[in-house]
Amino acid sequence: MAQNTTVQTAGHDEHHHESPVVFGFWVYLMTDCIIFGTLFAAFAVLHNQFNGGPTGHELFEFGGLGLETALLLVSSITYGFGMIAAHKSQVSKVILWLGLTFLLGLGFVGLELREFAHMIAEGAGPDRSAFLSAFFTLVSTHGLHVTCGLIWIVTLIVQLMGTTEIPERMMNKLTCLSLFWHFLDIVWICVFTYVYLASMI
Amino acid sequence: MKNKLLARVARLGGLSSALLLAGCELDVLDPKGPVGEGVKTLIATSTVAMLIVVIPTILLTLLFAWQYRQSNTSAEYLPKWCHSNKIEVTIWGVPSLIILFLAVITYQTCHSLDPYKPLEAEANTKPLHVEVVALDWKWLFIYPEQGIATVNQLAIPVNTPIDFNITSDSVMNSFFIPRLGSMIYAMAGMQTQLHLLASEPGDYLGESANYSGRGFSDMKFHTLAVSGDEFNAWVEKVKSSSEQLDSQTYPKLAAPSEANPVEYFAHVEPGMFNTIVAKYNNGMVMDKSTGKMIQVQQSAMSDMNMKE
Amino acid sequence: MLGRLSLSAIPLDVPILVGTFIGVVIVGVAVLGLITYYGKWGYLWKEWFTSVDHKRLAVMYIILALVALFRGFADAIMMRTQLALAYAGNPGYLPPHHYDQIFSAHGTIMIFFLAMAFMTGLFNFIVPLQIGARDVAFPFLNNLSFWMTAVAFILVNVSLFIGEFSQCGWLAYPPLSENQFSPGVGVDYYIWAVQISGVGTLLTGVNFFVTIVKMRAPGMTWMKMPVFTWTAFCASILIMVAFPVLTVAVGLLGMDRYFGMHFFTNDGGGNQMMYLNLIWAWGHPEVYILVIPAFGVFSEVVPAFSGKPLFGYSTMVYATCSIMVLSFLVWVHHFFTMGAGPDVNAFFGIATMIISIPTGVKLFNWLFTMYKGRIQFHACMYWAVGFMITFTIGGMTGVMLAIPGADFVLHNSLFLIAHFHNTIIGGVYFGYICGMNFWFPKVMGFKLDETWGKRAFWFWFVGFYCAFVPLYIVGFEGMTRRLNHYDNPAWHPWLLVAEVGAVLVMLGIACQLTQLYVSIRDRNLPQNRDVTGDPWNGRTLEWSTSSPPPVYNFAIVPHVHELDTFMHDKENGIDTRQAGAQYEAIHMPKNTSLGLACAVFALIFGFAAVWYIWWLAAVGLVGVIGTVIARSADKDIDYYIPAEEVARIENEHTRKLMAQAAE
Repeated sequence: MAQNTTVQTAGHDEHHHESPVVFGFWVYLMTDCIIFGTLFAAFAVLHNQFNGGPTGHELFEFGGLGLETALLLVSSITYGFGMIAAHKSQVSKVILWLGLTFLLGLGFVGLELREFAHMIAEGAGPDRSAFLSAFFTLVSTHGLHVTCGLIWIVTLIVQLMGTTEIPERMMNKLTCLSLFWHFLDIVWICVFTYVYLASMI
Repeated sequence: MKNKLLARVARLGGLSSALLLAGCELDVLDPKGPVGEGVKTLIATSTVAMLIVVIPTILLTLLFAWQYRQSNTSAEYLPKWCHSNKIEVTIWGVPSLIILFLAVITYQTCHSLDPYKPLEAEANTKPLHVEVVALDWKWLFIYPEQGIATVNQLAIPVNTPIDFNITSDSVMNSFFIPRLGSMIYAMAGMQTQLHLLASEPGDYLGESANYSGRGFSDMKFHTLAVSGDEFNAWVEKVKSSSEQLDSQTYPKLAAPSEANPVEYFAHVEPGMFNTIVAKYNNGMVMDKSTGKMIQVQQSAMSDMNMKE
Repeated sequence: MLGRLSLSAIPLDVPILVGTFIGVVIVGVAVLGLITYYGKWGYLWKEWFTSVDHKRLAVMYIILALVALFRGFADAIMMRTQLALAYAGNPGYLPPHHYDQIFSAHGTIMIFFLAMAFMTGLFNFIVPLQIGARDVAFPFLNNLSFWMTAVAFILVNVSLFIGEFSQCGWLAYPPLSENQFSPGVGVDYYIWAVQISGVGTLLTGVNFFVTIVKMRAPGMTWMKMPVFTWTAFCASILIMVAFPVLTVAVGLLGMDRYFGMHFFTNDGGGNQMMYLNLIWAWGHPEVYILVIPAFGVFSEVVPAFSGKPLFGYSTMVYATCSIMVLSFLVWVHHFFTMGAGPDVNAFFGIATMIISIPTGVKLFNWLFTMYKGRIQFHACMYWAVGFMITFTIGGMTGVMLAIPGADFVLHNSLFLIAHFHNTIIGGVYFGYICGMNFWFPKVMGFKLDETWGKRAFWFWFVGFYCAFVPLYIVGFEGMTRRLNHYDNPAWHPWLLVAEVGAVLVMLGIACQLTQLYVSIRDRNLPQNRDVTGDPWNGRTLEWSTSSPPPVYNFAIVPHVHELDTFMHDKENGIDTRQAGAQYEAIHMPKNTSLGLACAVFALIFGFAAVWYIWWLAAVGLVGVIGTVIARSADKDIDYYIPAEEVARIENEHTRKLMAQAAE
């Protein structure tokens, strides 16, 4: 497949190689996937090391968690609408959908921070036990990714403002962010299932 | 001028003869116990097996480099030749066969030389139990059956299997007596096992084979392999010491020290080793004989934790 | 305000460091002064520091690697000298506090900043040229990767004069590296240097993976790809899979140190062996990341100087790929002695041995490439033959260590040290230097001096055996690594011999420097100039363009017909360059200072984090994010080279080629 691409691009137009940006970003996401995989492995090793401290069963509450998950899943859908608008070059709609995605993501991060603050206040901070170290590190690595995604969304909204069309480079950026955002959704589903549900059941 | 040169050559000669002499004392290849003997045989066998392919490779490299040098125009030159099934089969086949052979002996020796496996001699001779604790930067040896403990000196009766139980109350170390054979890590909160036997009396170097910080270089001990009578006399000597090892005196011993001298403790509190392991496991420790987790008294632990 | 940084952090009481500092200042001032005197700042800034041209970045990578070599070798010879002295009561001249930093820095620098930087330099120069591309897939990220690596190296060296470096060995095993046992800043320097350079390396891996997948010249199918590119491809995959694991391992150690977490602590339920597993899940692939490209170099050099194609190209490719896969299945062989049980040990031991089969096949492939060839004994060939002999021995001792039973007495001994230097010097270093001699004329337009090259080889070769065979022997005598002093009389003479070996290696390095000096001095001599761009009658595309290549590499993207396509074209009278064809304007990326800016902010962040200067760390972090956003907003990122300019450059080269042919 890669072969065909090179032949075609070189054959038709020597200056405009198909931009490898999206493919490259996808490859980069796979390395990020390994980071999360390793963190999951660390969590798996340490998930029973409570050191006399609280267990997941005692700590996690379904309410806030369900809302967090819902916010993130819905934000993936709103981003999807944003991409549809982008393909139609409807800049103002793209900005609108991105703005909505940003708010949902912000809500997610806010709820997560509230959950963390609550746990730390209860004496169940990351220094309490190896289990909590692994929990906080894994979940906050995901949260940090979402935060980076939020900064990225704002950046793109600012860059889109006042423009009327979406050039190729902007389209690449939107596509990369789209991959990133959906990727974080998938990671969250793993976190939700493996870290929260498995400890609560 | 000439004399100076001669003197230098003589000095070099002296050095090389010193090297030759030193070369006769390869501790690991001159073992004083069955474990070391097993390792030595393994090293020798595997080396010979590999030399079957290593020596021809090196010789062929030199031969081809010489034979096909540019100036040797009489040598055959095949500027297009780059494939031969016969050669391909040989270069994949021969190394594969050797590795197959090595894999078999690896699997066998992994089991026969497993440090956790009791030695054959245990069938006839009751083993001596020694509990080893790596501290910053010294070795503590507890003899639970004799109720004594020592620092940086390990006495063992010859031809008696020794069962070591090893842990650390600090960073990771590796417990190693080169003349007797295998080593194993010492890790806090964990217990590892090692079975060794000295078949000849002697004073063997013991050391830590894993870097553990500032005082690492002096983290050595003497292994005194002695006859049964001498061992008993040594136990009596330790028992005549005025020092005791219990949860009160332990923190002082465990505090970091470098090049610690040999110390004897006439009496050691029972269960000391388990308490040290349990410190890092919320008071739980695995009982070696039953394989079950048991709880260690909390009071003993809290004393031990108060370092300095 | 300054966190835990105070004047007492500057080691004024250590004369060696004060002397080094004065030396560094003098050399630094002299270099900066000379640049200012000749008014070269603008040139350096415009043409080099901000360059996104893979060829320029390659040169900067290799200069960085050579600087790292000096630093790393200075550490090495200090260690050898200490061990030659510190015998029988003599404490030597390096107290443990200093000595422990030196061996930790030696390993860290040699792997992360010599070997990795050199390798990336070779990738950068050769891969785009070999696949007929105009640049890498992401030129800006390439510049960023370089600067991330460079600032990480600066951070390591800052630790010499402000504070201290890690005293926990090059892999910083916990619990020793935890706050409880190493409360100083040393481990934090280590953590941030590794993390920052890790970013650079990971981006390099992604960059070259995408470049090789997407940007090969038309007609270059996978099995027509040059072997060096294959090895760069495999190494890139290894980087992408292994380096995230390193990031996590060292990151979790940082979590323990900065936030009091319990990943690897003795208490709190931490698991120190998890660190060993993680770090070696990176560490073992890492050695293959380094050595596979070296194999690639030999696979180009041996055919070129034997006047024959590589024997068994496809076998070579399969062997490389199987080494790549197997390298992930062996990490436990670094700690057989933890007591994992005989079946686990047997599995990892046997998996390790299996790697020696494809590796052995590679050796035989080079051997049969020489067979019935016309071997021209250029300096490159010296390094290649020296490698084949040395690496065979290193491979043998490696298999010995892979047998758990034998490892139980050889683990962590100087035998182990001798083994991995045997493969890393005899494999990686010989390979990279061989590659440097081979491709230097392509990079600079003139050849490296051969006489000094051969002298360098002989000093390195003899010096290597002299320095490391004694270590094999003292390893058998039970001497463990990282000892600061000892009193065993049997070890002392061998360590004296090893010291002599280190001095010989030092002379080897001196010869290499002289080689560079002499070559640059005599660069205009006709026998040294590379006018044709093809000094060795090369086989692959990089030799089809001029030396040094124009900024766009290929005026017309070549069409690939065969493996060794340039040789095929030459034999069939095809002009790979298609000189005189209709040239078109060429689209190129523009230089940018944002990569450097981002890396400088990363350096500020790293330094501030080491010293707990939180406001400064915030400045650094905001700076990093800010430069990335600025790059995203930057609209002025590319330009076109007009067709007339391309034609002018190409016709100039054609004219030179004709003149050369006429002579």
